[in-house]
Amino acid sequence: MHTKKKNMSGADIFFECLKRENVEYVFGYPGGAVLKIYEHLHDVDFLKHILVRHEQGATHMAEGYAKATGKVGVVLVTSGPGATNTVTGIADAYMDSVPIVVFTGQVATHLIGNDAFQEADIVGITRPITKHNFLVRDVNELASIIKKAFYIASTGRPGPVLVDLPKNVINSVCEFNYPEEVELRGYKLRTHGHQNQIKKAATMIQKAKRPLLYVGGGVIMSGGNRELYLLAKENNLPVTMTLQGLGAFPGTEPQSLGMLGMHGTYWANQAVNNCDLLVSLGARFDDRVTGKIETFATKAYKIHVDIDPTCIDKNVIVDLPIVGDVKHVMAELASELNTKPDVEEWWAQIEQWKEECPLDYETNDGRLRSQYVVSKLSELTKGEAVVVTDVGQNQMWTAQYYKFNHPRSHITSGGLGTMGFSLPASIGAAFGVKDRPIISINGDGGFQMNIQELVTAVYHKLPIKFIILNNSFLGMVRQWQELFHAEKYSFTELSESNPNFVKVAEAFGLKAFSTDKPADVVPLLKEALDYNDGPVLLEFKVVKEDMVFPIIPSGASISDMITRRLDPKEMM
Amino acid sequence: MQHIISVLCENQFGAFNRIVTMFSGKGFNVHSMSIGETENPEISRMTIVTEGDDKIIEQVVKQLNRLIDTIKIVDLTEQAIVQRELALLTVFYQKGNRGEIIDICEIFRGNIVDINNKNLMLEITGPPDKIDAAINVLMPYGIKEIARSGNVVLKRGEQAAKVVHEKE
Repeated sequence: MHTKKKNMSGADIFFECLKRENVEYVFGYPGGAVLKIYEHLHDVDFLKHILVRHEQGATHMAEGYAKATGKVGVVLVTSGPGATNTVTGIADAYMDSVPIVVFTGQVATHLIGNDAFQEADIVGITRPITKHNFLVRDVNELASIIKKAFYIASTGRPGPVLVDLPKNVINSVCEFNYPEEVELRGYKLRTHGHQNQIKKAATMIQKAKRPLLYVGGGVIMSGGNRELYLLAKENNLPVTMTLQGLGAFPGTEPQSLGMLGMHGTYWANQAVNNCDLLVSLGARFDDRVTGKIETFATKAYKIHVDIDPTCIDKNVIVDLPIVGDVKHVMAELASELNTKPDVEEWWAQIEQWKEECPLDYETNDGRLRSQYVVSKLSELTKGEAVVVTDVGQNQMWTAQYYKFNHPRSHITSGGLGTMGFSLPASIGAAFGVKDRPIISINGDGGFQMNIQELVTAVYHKLPIKFIILNNSFLGMVRQWQELFHAEKYSFTELSESNPNFVKVAEAFGLKAFSTDKPADVVPLLKEALDYNDGPVLLEFKVVKEDMVFPIIPSGASISDMITRRLDPKEMM
Repeated sequence: MQHIISVLCENQFGAFNRIVTMFSGKGFNVHSMSIGETENPEISRMTIVTEGDDKIIEQVVKQLNRLIDTIKIVDLTEQAIVQRELALLTVFYQKGNRGEIIDICEIFRGNIVDINNKNLMLEITGPPDKIDAAINVLMPYGIKEIARSGNVVLKRGEQAAKVVHEKE
């Protein structure tokens, strides 16, 4: 079943394929090996090419776009350094299952392996960090490979796919055949879960006295937030979310326990520790969630719903695995549930934990704190914004204090923990989402890692609110140094070397403000939220030595949770 | 415990590499790997001998399954199988012991495939433990070089004869 067409060049085929895949944006940077593509791009009107300033920025933009919209993000770069610069973004997308397709230029096929100018074996380099990758060796394969690339990236457990395009392939001519269907005998999708397993899971939920839903990013990717809402609401089940799961269930609902794990709430972690039934939905029992495996949810019967069989029994051995699309499985599960579990006592216990150790921070010393900024932002935007965070304390405080009400609203680098993610990813999100505020939350360290992309935001007049929570430190590393590394603050203080962020932003063409006073926070945020003619930068100079609490030390148990900074006297 | 895993994969650029990369990236053990074309030129068969407890082997099989180039993965451990490896051994001989070496070769149903003034080349085929045994016996004579092919394995019986084109 092929659509027959006239002879076309590789470059024309490339764009015709992108058109068929409904690509709206390509994040890219030209160079020698892709000149022919850029020559044709000049006359393409159905998509917009976004010129980045560094190829890493392009991959994070594609990720931000993909995470915010659910569509495939597309990157186009040249060979050699253009290709190797995408590696961090590809690894990031692989860890967080983000559907992106990265097109890299390559030297002509007869030069491959000759150490030609701007040659890099990018297919070899990215093999362990892509869901799949392709080297197109014949223009006749080009259309079907592009079709496969989009299909593989966006289906099942999504992920990055790289397509390497040698220069001579792009210049060659052939008949254009775009396959209507993808044939991959080694790639079969499992959508529906095993019926008996689902029935058994329903029975376990009905019988449970202390059930807990542990929700990951899979629920958002599958578009299953509605199914989750109904399942949780109708059965009065408590819901805790992973970092990537935030937004799957509304954070303002009383049934939300917030995030679990290393920096999760006290009550969510106590619930994990004491539940008799743990239902994992599209989550992967990551070490930041489980801490010490041997002590993780030991009292619970564990159900694990995941589309990727490799996730099951990888870290934690579960009692009842269900392989399938979590959206479908939740719907099927809900239809099997005819009696509600009796959870009144369980809720009373959870409420007690909430009172025992609430999320709070010092508010009486008149000093500006990150938690306050994020709380006010959450209130002012009513949890409706798309918030893109960087990595470290800024990320954890946002996860704790911003109440996400919608899926695809919390965008962050979870698995790889890539500093420098937020700035470019927020640009990608801003191209994808036009009707909600886009907020990029950064630390002073990470903001400098892809700062060049401010140009891209300014040039396209994207109304992004860039926030820097500037504590003049690599704050999360500093926190670990204080808690676990004998207070040796080795190379984490940036106060003497940080640039003047307001001047930098102004040089790039942004409106920029800076303050260290709590009283300025609300007016500045309001002003930024009302300004839509381009990006704004708000620098909040916050308390330097603040720490994220609670924290469960790496590899420790929930019982080892540290909930506040101890006085030296207490530590004796 | 040692496991023998048979993998049918696309006979394509990169497929073998992807499997090897997965093993090293996940830190799985590999004792031997062999690959060759099957009756269908589009498909290769890879035989992997690996080691690990049940949890690790389960992950090995699942991770192999996850690769897009793999078509079918079978753990052949403790199944009725035919297992063969080929070894070429160059063994030094002295005046007077050449006959002994030829005798040993015959006991192992091997062939002498080359000879010169200093050494003999033996070809021995069989399950890996038979080759280990031959090497042990020949060691005192002085082995100059060994080349082993790695395992190739097929399941006995009718069922195994057909190529299954779909992943489960």
